[in-house]
Amino acid sequence: MLRPRIIPCLLVHKGALIKTVGFGASKYIGDPINAVKIFNEKGADELMVLDIDASVNGDDPDFALISNLASECRMPLCYGGGIKNVEQAKRIIGLGVEKIAISSAFIDSPSIVAEISNEIGRQSVVIVLDVKKRNSEIQYDVFIKNGQVNTGLNVFQAVNDAQKLGAGELIINSIDRDGSMNGYDLILAKMIKEASSVPVTILGGAGKLEHIQDLVRSCGIIGASAGSLFVFKGIYKAVLINYPTLIKRDAMFINELG
Amino acid sequence: MIHVVDYGLGNVEAFLNLYKRLGYPATRAKVASDLENASKIILPGVGSFDYAMKLLNTSGMRPMLEKLVLGNKVPILGVCVGMQILANSSDEGSLAGLGWLDARVLAFSKNEKAQSLPVPHMGWNHCSPKLGHPLFSGFKAEPSFYFLHSYYFKCEKNEDISATANYGMNFCSAVSRNNIHGVQFHPEKSHDFGERLLKNFAEIPHVAT
Repeated sequence: MLRPRIIPCLLVHKGALIKTVGFGASKYIGDPINAVKIFNEKGADELMVLDIDASVNGDDPDFALISNLASECRMPLCYGGGIKNVEQAKRIIGLGVEKIAISSAFIDSPSIVAEISNEIGRQSVVIVLDVKKRNSEIQYDVFIKNGQVNTGLNVFQAVNDAQKLGAGELIINSIDRDGSMNGYDLILAKMIKEASSVPVTILGGAGKLEHIQDLVRSCGIIGASAGSLFVFKGIYKAVLINYPTLIKRDAMFINELG
Repeated sequence: MIHVVDYGLGNVEAFLNLYKRLGYPATRAKVASDLENASKIILPGVGSFDYAMKLLNTSGMRPMLEKLVLGNKVPILGVCVGMQILANSSDEGSLAGLGWLDARVLAFSKNEKAQSLPVPHMGWNHCSPKLGHPLFSGFKAEPSFYFLHSYYFKCEKNEDISATANYGMNFCSAVSRNNIHGVQFHPEKSHDFGERLLKNFAEIPHVAT
């Protein structure tokens, strides 16, 4: 039977790993390749690496880094950051990355998503939606450029558009919950899951494994991604890469999935 | 020597790294002459069916692969799309597959038992191997592997199925006919289970005819 996916999300800034809070203040975590090696040892389900500079600066993806990550990684890898055209997408897949994540390009030139999906297959196309809740409403807007620009696009419209264009997975990243470690936005997660016909992964807010169990309890089989949870330890947030063992993961979902 | 076919798709480097760690000599084949001394062949793949066929057809390696696999019976392992192109055709595209196995590739979205589930089938799933199959020897528990696909392999002959997985229905997650093998999942990205399967493939004897 298919298991929920637990996915560490690593952010790359100037070649190093960092972790943000609310898409703002950041803390240095370490070297990306070293982190991949540790997650290999821990047997992580999947890994997501997002370069948070590339789109903002208009840079191309860092192919040298991607190549190193892909050959080191013994679990499926999703890479995002600066992908603007089919050639870049094909080159990244050719380097051995299973999935590419697109965010800004989906808003700026949606037809690119369809083109990329036709070429590399929709199973490898992930659309990341950075969303923020409107004040006191159950309405979520999609943001780009690391949460700096509100596109005015409603998240449900974006989910529909992304699926029509050929997305094979949706990652919903809550800006409000980023780095908060207070738990996922379960209302948002449930609504997105019900509105989607492709696999959904939720990011933003996980601070302990119980938060992942809460997510699976409300949504069923779903991807649970987290940054802080897998790179910090203890109340003082000491940097320590961690990940539950396979036995622990199986035990986590016994009650949730029956 | 294990040769990993580099036709522009899939994670050649991941296979090479893994075999290096396991202590089996492995190399990349980019042109037909690279394949000459192949005693095992891996045909990797990530992407769409037609794109994979287009790249393989233009790689110049197809006649050599056919000579080795169909003529000399060199063991081959197709991975993901590399498995799917062993079939005759796919719902995903219009190009003909290699046709080395009597099979078709069908869409989950057109299957009544799977169409209510999210597609692609993505993540870690259990695999039920045929008892005693050499590709699946030495697993203590029922193995699980990483899957990422929207289309599934449908064998015309049930005896070709070497493992099944379940996604709304049971489907063929691994296929074997004589020296031709395929796995729908990604063993190169499936930690210990995948490593064991690739070790098993490396140990399969080459029975030349």
